[in-house]
Amino acid sequence: MIERHDSLVVITFVRVLMPLVQLFALYVLAYGHYGPGGGFQAGVILGASYILMALALGREPFERRVNETACLAIAAGGVLLYLLTGLAGFAGGTLLDYARLPLPASAVKARYYGILLIETGVAAAVAATLIVLFCRLADTEHHPDR
Amino acid sequence: MSEIIFAMLLALLVVLALVAIRAGDLLVAVIVLGAYGFAMSLVWTAIGAVDVAFTEAVVGAGASTVLFLAALLRTSRRRSPLPGRLRWAALGSVLAVGAVLLSVTTALPRWGDHDAAPARHVSPRYITATVAETATPNAVTSVLADYRGYDTLIETVVIFSAGLGGWLLLARRDP
Repeated sequence: MIERHDSLVVITFVRVLMPLVQLFALYVLAYGHYGPGGGFQAGVILGASYILMALALGREPFERRVNETACLAIAAGGVLLYLLTGLAGFAGGTLLDYARLPLPASAVKARYYGILLIETGVAAAVAATLIVLFCRLADTEHHPDR
Repeated sequence: MSEIIFAMLLALLVVLALVAIRAGDLLVAVIVLGAYGFAMSLVWTAIGAVDVAFTEAVVGAGASTVLFLAALLRTSRRRSPLPGRLRWAALGSVLAVGAVLLSVTTALPRWGDHDAAPARHVSPRYITATVAETATPNAVTSVLADYRGYDTLIETVVIFSAGLGGWLLLARRDP
């Protein structure tokens, strides 16, 4: 079972670091069009920020902020967002061609925003999946063999 | 100079892999495996695959390390050695597979060879058209999310299924 870390230095540092890590995750998500990054990496960084909180502050504040069932729903929502973005261009077009997205933008720009939409879906799915797996693995109190 | 650094990185990979395999304490093995992920991400950077390096750094060194650590909470830090006969079988199969893999590396295209078959097929099309067609200068992103959108969609489904499967397997058993 994960308990709150003894050191005030660690706790304060994590409190300062967490929002910065989450901001960086958003930056990585948005900057994927221009440089290394994208939804997958952003999702892992976002999920890692919550795991960092669990490791430093312990189980209790983590469970106050993170709900496992909600995380599963978010992961499913991410996959759905990807699928629906792909389906939106399907009418009269090709599956996963974002040029026909109902956006007030040219076909090229619609693809640009389509990529951003599906990357957001990927980030949500990856972050929520990482948190769910960590929650289940670290929850030794409900160990079936104990 | 850069060849020397590259060779040192590859040697570091081998050493870290051996340490991770030989460590008796699984906590040590997990941390060394994380260091292996970071060294691997440096190798990817050195050959110019920055997006892969980024993924390796966050997943190989970060996420998988933390998941292994969480898994250690549910088991013991000490590893149980394999029985003798199984060890020789394991060594034999690893050596055989390694020999096969090494022997076919000569058939791979040379690194950075722009006349190789993969580099002459669809890659030039993606690289030249990505800005005009998707307004996305990073061709890796436009290939992953648009040109090869099916692959990434199924990958996302795989990740979600992995999470769902893990959640179901390790679900709470409250009465």
